[in-house]
Amino acid sequence: MQSLTTPLFLIFALAVIGYYLAKSRAMQVAGGDIRGLVSLPHQHALNTALATVVPPTAAVLLFALYGRFADTGPSWLFTLVIMGLGVTGFALSLIGIKTNSRARIFAERWILGLLIFASSIAVMTTIGIVFSMLFETFNFFGQYDWRDFFFSLTWSPNFRGNSDLGIIPLLWGTLYVSFIALVFAVPVGLFAAIYLSEYASPRMRSIAKPAIEVLAGIPTIVYGLFALITVGPLLRDYFAEPMGLGQSASSVMTAGLVMGIMLIPFVSSLSDDIINAVPQAMRDGSLGLGATPSETIRQVVIPAALPGIVGAILLAASRAIGETMIVVLGAGAAARLSLNPFEAMTTVTVKIVSQLTGDTDFASPETLVAFALGLTLFVITLGLNVFALYIVRKYREQYE
Amino acid sequence: MKNSLLVTDARTKKRNAKEARFKAYGLSAIIVAMLALAVLLTSVVNNGMSAFQQTFITLQVPLPADKLDKVGNRDPADMAKVTTIGYNPILRDALVAEVERQGLTTELSAKDIGEMISKEASATVRDRVLANPDLVGQTVTFDILASGRIDGVFKGRVTMESAALDGNTSPEALILAQQLAEAGVIETKFNWNFFTAPDASDQRPEAAGLGVAILGSLYMMLVVLFLALPIGVASSIYLEEFAPKNRWTDLIEVNISNLAAVPSIVYGILGLAIFINFMEFNQSSPLVGGLVLTLMTLPTIIISTRAALKSVPPSIRDAALGVGASKMQSVFHHVLPLAAPGILTGTIIGLAQALGETAPLLLIGMVAFVREYPAAFSPESGLFGEASTALPVQVYNWTQRSDPAFVERASGAIITLLVFLLIMNAVAIYLRRRFERRW
Amino acid sequence: MEDMIHMDRAMSTQQDIKISARNVQVYYGDTHAIKDVSVEIDDKTVTAFIGPSGCGKSTFLRCINRMNDTIDIARVTGDIRIDNEDIYDPKVDPVQLRAKVGMVFQKPNPFPKSIYDNVAYGPKIHGLARNKADLDEIVEKSLRKAALWNEAKDRLDAPGTGLSGGQQQRLCIARAIATAPEVLLMDEPCSALDPIATAQVEELIDELRQSFSVVIVTHSMQQAARVSQKTAFFHLGNLVEYDDTDKIFTNPQDPRTESYISGRIG
Ligand SMILES: Nc1ncnc2c1ncn2[C@@H]1O[C@H](COP(=O)(O)OP(=O)(O)OP(=O)(O)O)[C@@H](O)[C@H]1O
Ligand SMILES: [Mg+2]
Repeated sequence: MQSLTTPLFLIFALAVIGYYLAKSRAMQVAGGDIRGLVSLPHQHALNTALATVVPPTAAVLLFALYGRFADTGPSWLFTLVIMGLGVTGFALSLIGIKTNSRARIFAERWILGLLIFASSIAVMTTIGIVFSMLFETFNFFGQYDWRDFFFSLTWSPNFRGNSDLGIIPLLWGTLYVSFIALVFAVPVGLFAAIYLSEYASPRMRSIAKPAIEVLAGIPTIVYGLFALITVGPLLRDYFAEPMGLGQSASSVMTAGLVMGIMLIPFVSSLSDDIINAVPQAMRDGSLGLGATPSETIRQVVIPAALPGIVGAILLAASRAIGETMIVVLGAGAAARLSLNPFEAMTTVTVKIVSQLTGDTDFASPETLVAFALGLTLFVITLGLNVFALYIVRKYREQYE
Repeated sequence: MKNSLLVTDARTKKRNAKEARFKAYGLSAIIVAMLALAVLLTSVVNNGMSAFQQTFITLQVPLPADKLDKVGNRDPADMAKVTTIGYNPILRDALVAEVERQGLTTELSAKDIGEMISKEASATVRDRVLANPDLVGQTVTFDILASGRIDGVFKGRVTMESAALDGNTSPEALILAQQLAEAGVIETKFNWNFFTAPDASDQRPEAAGLGVAILGSLYMMLVVLFLALPIGVASSIYLEEFAPKNRWTDLIEVNISNLAAVPSIVYGILGLAIFINFMEFNQSSPLVGGLVLTLMTLPTIIISTRAALKSVPPSIRDAALGVGASKMQSVFHHVLPLAAPGILTGTIIGLAQALGETAPLLLIGMVAFVREYPAAFSPESGLFGEASTALPVQVYNWTQRSDPAFVERASGAIITLLVFLLIMNAVAIYLRRRFERRW
Repeated sequence: MEDMIHMDRAMSTQQDIKISARNVQVYYGDTHAIKDVSVEIDDKTVTAFIGPSGCGKSTFLRCINRMNDTIDIARVTGDIRIDNEDIYDPKVDPVQLRAKVGMVFQKPNPFPKSIYDNVAYGPKIHGLARNKADLDEIVEKSLRKAALWNEAKDRLDAPGTGLSGGQQQRLCIARAIATAPEVLLMDEPCSALDPIATAQVEELIDELRQSFSVVIVTHSMQQAARVSQKTAFFHLGNLVEYDDTDKIFTNPQDPRTESYISGRIG
């Protein structure tokens, strides 16, 4: 990549020169009177600059995508090609400057091209995610039987080889932690949203709503540390040990509870939107029959909002399943299939981190398994998201 | 006679009790949420505030020429041959002498007294001496770091009981430290080094700082800003203003809303596979970190930019088109400037989100132990290519150390991170208030 | 002829007064929406509120079952009595009041539940049925009264939102009468209905008069003339004229009433 810095820099310099050259040439063609031009001088200038820069840069990016620089670096031929592209664009656009040339349209076409390129990056990201994981996952299944991966009940990697890499204990930990998080976050978030939208005075709303939203702005590493140094020891000393359920500060309960706190604002702000979308006429109808506000909420508003709320819960679930730092610091590292929530268990994301930050050989199944885990995680969360977004959208349309 | 309205019947009473209960649930939910926030913040602040204080020992250190400058020419190159090991006894003796001068008696051996000094101190003194060789031969007053255990005494972390069980210190050392503090030799001061010093090894938590992490985070934020903002704005403009309604744009739309919900760790896997393994960018570099965070924040920025563009009323576009501007001109001359505050707010919020993100950075090697300040540009590693770490990753790193003094460091780093986030969000809120426009 | 009118008068004064409002003022924040309205509404009578849009008909109607309580900025002063009991007395529970004073809204607003559950909702929350059979009976009776039974009896489990606009409105009426109210407030109940459905609802209103006192807001003068015995004309928050319907339409006392019913203002 380094050896391309110079030619790219030269091309940018050429573009700047082209900008000013084109401007003065346009003035010159017009004989000093810009009223004689179809396109203004700065439009010619822009066209020239873009024509000089865009094609070579595009070529470099394309080339970079092929990963050719990995071992050899660009050949002198390629350097020549991109310099040629730059100079061609420079020259053609300069020569093209006439009183009646439509530089504005050309310049706008360049810009539109750039805009389209920018918007395709989102798609390329998805493709990149899928392919990078698929590729290594295939590598992994070349070395490790996929049936063992999906159905084995033990996870015990061994860096001398012969590892057991079953995903089930990890999925169990993931789902258990997420379940506890949702059991905590859904009622709290939902009731908070209900209270804020149906009961709270404007004053209270103006204090409580931002305060809850602050929870959403706190990075997950903070929650992780909170789990590690406060919640974990607290649960161990006051619940797990007295009840004889375990001695570990990291546990499913620790991670679940803290993750639940993290999810409260997520659930409450989504539910708030959804509850507010239920038309007031519906509430009036119920209140007009002599229902109390809570009867109205429980029997009319919530049923009407149910699809939206289910969507919100699914989105929260997908959040919980993909969350990493809280479980890394709060749940533990031992893969275990157990029902005791005060025991340390581990999750898919924890293992992705530990397998990819260890010192094992990159080509070994112990490392590659992380990609299979990542792909599984991606598929699960994507499924949940697509489904949830679909439900929520359908729900919104109903009241539009 | 029919039921009077003025007396509440039994059934209504029951229903009203239910109503009150329901309302109480709602209120308790809010209280639970607020309480969680309060406990979280208090816990972090309680654990972390002490990281901004550090215990120093003021020592008069004689710098003997025969030990520090054996050649005798005051040439730093020659003097550098004396490693920190050569400085250790000098500092130890200075502290022993100080104890005697204060007239304090202790059962501690000279070696034990020396352990009250941070292992980092000799390096600090050596650097000072090498920077200024003329100090050799004089007696110079230094503020040197006390060891982590002694530091802990003044922060309540180390007590007589814990010291008795601790191989690295003893109750006698605590007593001596307290006596020295009364004599004014040991002092606890504001710890600027916490923001500037690089990380330190497992044995010297007292010297660990956030310098490299802050620099690394700053570099990454620059990368994110310079990539995510233009790309995000460009793609929003295309999708909002130019895109025809067809399969392709539908695909992009669905894509973006789903990308916003992809777990962040997946972006780390992407970064590892594409940027490091495939394109062979440097591991642990802010460039790769910035690229990963860019892809991660892009959906956020696109979503808020599109909202900002959407809120500019169509009449503005029509007005521009009406005077003969092209579609592109109407967008760039009129719509974009009007949407700018909204875009900026969204960008800052996206940056704040990126600043706090940890998981993907772990996978691209930013968790490594880095003591060198990374350069923004170097000929070998290119732009932002030198190994670095980042604020949230440094927190994670410190939580993995065994010495409990690192808990304080990690919490202090969190406070620092939260302060940065607070500032960014405050700026965003200010911008929104200042430029908010009602059409 | 003279005698006839006289007898009419005598009859109407004989009737029980169900609702009596005195010096009612309503404010929405700073807007004074109802200005010192006093009116007495008879039992077992249909009373129509007419007047130009925005004159406060709905607002006044909503005062009678305290639906205005649900609007934060609304403030009601004055004295409204039902059966001589002050409904704004602090001891009165609006929930109990609304069971007694039902309401049908301008836009049909069925709950997103089955037809059966829509009608059963009121009886359930007020505990009017001892068992399922009771409830079934109430539902059937209400639907019959609302002239919806024939259309709905085979699809009681279908969602109420799946009905047509006119059917939905009749469902809302059935829902309101299922709670056995003593007063039924109807805010432009026919504005979303076709002429046939309107005729059905009007017939229904006439029938309801046997058991309830009905107050109906309408923009249709013909409708007011057809269904009501008494008519109140509102204008800019004032109650301009209140009298027997025949009288209002044949011989209005106030020039504003006259120009409104002859179509000159409104
Ligand atoms: N919720 C409210 N907040 C503020 N002002 C209101 C509210 N509801 C009604 N108003 C105002 O009170 C006045 C009376 O409104 P109301 O709805 O009672 O009129 P109306 O006679 O029912 O009209 P229409 O025939 O159009 O239904 C109007 O000026 C209206 O703007
Ligand atoms: Mg009205």
